[in-house]
Amino acid sequence: MSTPSYAAEAPRPRAPAAHTRPFFWSLRREVWEHPALYAAPLTVAGLILVGFLISCASLPQRFSAGLVLDPAMQAARHAEAYHFTGFAIMLTSIVVGLFYSLGALFNERRDRSILFWKSLPVSDLTTVAAKACVPLVVLPVFAFAIATALQLIMLAASTVVLAVNRLSPASLWSQLDVAQNGLLFLYSLAVVTLWYAPIYAWALLVSGWAKRAPFLWAVLPPLALCLVEKMAFGTSHAGGLLMDRLGGFSAGFSPGAFTQRGVVDPLSRLDPARLVSSPSLWAGLVVAAVFLAAAVWLRRRREPI
Amino acid sequence: MACIEARGLRKTYGSATALDGVDLRIEEGRIVGLIGPNGAGKSTALNAILGLTPYQGELTVLGRDPWTQRDLLMQDVCFIADVAVLPRWMRVSQALDYVEGVHPRFDRAKAEAFLAKTTIRASAKVSQLSKGMVTQLHLALVMAIDAKLLVLDEPTLGLDLLYRKSFYDTLLNDYFDAGRTIVVTTHQVEEIQDILTDVMFINRGRIVLDCSMEAFASRYVELMALPEHAPAARALGPIHERQVFGRAILLFDGVPREQLAPLGELRTPSIADLFVAVIGGPSTSASMGAAA
Repeated sequence: MSTPSYAAEAPRPRAPAAHTRPFFWSLRREVWEHPALYAAPLTVAGLILVGFLISCASLPQRFSAGLVLDPAMQAARHAEAYHFTGFAIMLTSIVVGLFYSLGALFNERRDRSILFWKSLPVSDLTTVAAKACVPLVVLPVFAFAIATALQLIMLAASTVVLAVNRLSPASLWSQLDVAQNGLLFLYSLAVVTLWYAPIYAWALLVSGWAKRAPFLWAVLPPLALCLVEKMAFGTSHAGGLLMDRLGGFSAGFSPGAFTQRGVVDPLSRLDPARLVSSPSLWAGLVVAAVFLAAAVWLRRRREPI
Repeated sequence: MACIEARGLRKTYGSATALDGVDLRIEEGRIVGLIGPNGAGKSTALNAILGLTPYQGELTVLGRDPWTQRDLLMQDVCFIADVAVLPRWMRVSQALDYVEGVHPRFDRAKAEAFLAKTTIRASAKVSQLSKGMVTQLHLALVMAIDAKLLVLDEPTLGLDLLYRKSFYDTLLNDYFDAGRTIVVTTHQVEEIQDILTDVMFINRGRIVLDCSMEAFASRYVELMALPEHAPAARALGPIHERQVFGRAILLFDGVPREQLAPLGELRTPSIADLFVAVIGGPSTSASMGAAA
């Protein structure tokens, strides 16, 4: 037996290295893999639209009745429907983001595809950064785009219905400030996303660590901590921290912004100064950064399950 | 230049030792078979080479430390872990887009030309492909990458004979050249016997045999001894003996063929025969490892 002759074949010339964009393509493949990122908010938007179109049947009466109210009150009423839309889509995005994060670093280990991803020159940092960008950037952007499109469609539908019924949509248009609503929604999205960043980062970290049931590992230990603290010391600092994390995004809004009713300038409810002066926000962001760094460290070392 | 060089490579998992001081040197332009029983440390060794796991000892791959310089190293190293690792949700066209987007040395036209010879459609999802087709797809991606080192860990596991044969044929004809190195592990030793330039046996975390195929043929010889000559043959110190149809088959290491020829029929053993002699089999002892 001799050494096979092909071993002597000369090396083929190497082509020059091409320009690559690992982060962009990593992000892109997350969206490929998870159509729910846009499908879920789109579905909710579709359901809202169906409900809204049905309600359009009674729009002329309501609109006429509303004309006797004072204009600011009318505006608040119209705006309410649009706010509800934004709220529903934002809530959907948050739920999708949490479940995405819980699976992001878990599923690739379970189906062993991590070995394929790791066979390519994409660093763990790039991969985890792309995965963190999904709930922190991609989902809010999708939510904003979908909610804005939906609001414009709803406005157009209202206009058509009113016009067909020989009612002037002028008051609707003059009282409804589309740009202002968009700004409100964008601000709310940004505040909630920043506030929830450590939650997403925690979910990503657990998904990179757990060998099974990342959902339970993410949820039960914090609850157990609260329980043990309560039993042992009768205090509830951990519980307080958790509640602050879940509901504390109100720091981005003026005090009482959620309880005031009636005639208030909507923009006066936003309070960016209060937000950036909240130590809770910055502490949360630092914790999120630590969790993400740990997730990068883990992805380097964890093996397929 | 050595493509892979390891000195005193160790890796432990708790109290279990996966690699127990591995020394090896693999030159550029070789096709090396790393053969070992289950749990011998093959995958751990490959994982260390690929920078997938931390280790103790010295290891350089293409002149780099695979653990600390992994991101750079992966531009020149490719691997196929096994057939199941392509993400099932991915479409063939997406796989091409993605690899083209992240790999500086990926030649998309080459991958597409290879795929055109198969029945794989660009719009198909990986989950719709058969196991053999998934391997073809993975091979198409890997062959289109201009890498210097290709590591294959059980690449043909679970494939039928036709796919296995064409896998290695394609690799040899369309991919391999003197500038590239291939390291392959498999249990189907007989399939890769003829394509290897070197063979290494690994057992219990140690390299127990490291031999080029040229040296293999001159060094190892198998004698089917005539019954009357069996005692004389045994006196020459075979490293292994087995009985087939009542005749003794003895495997010798470094005994001249002229000396053995009068005692019966001679042939070069297969890698599988030597593997059994060196690693398995009741008649072997630990000292056989030292023969390497």
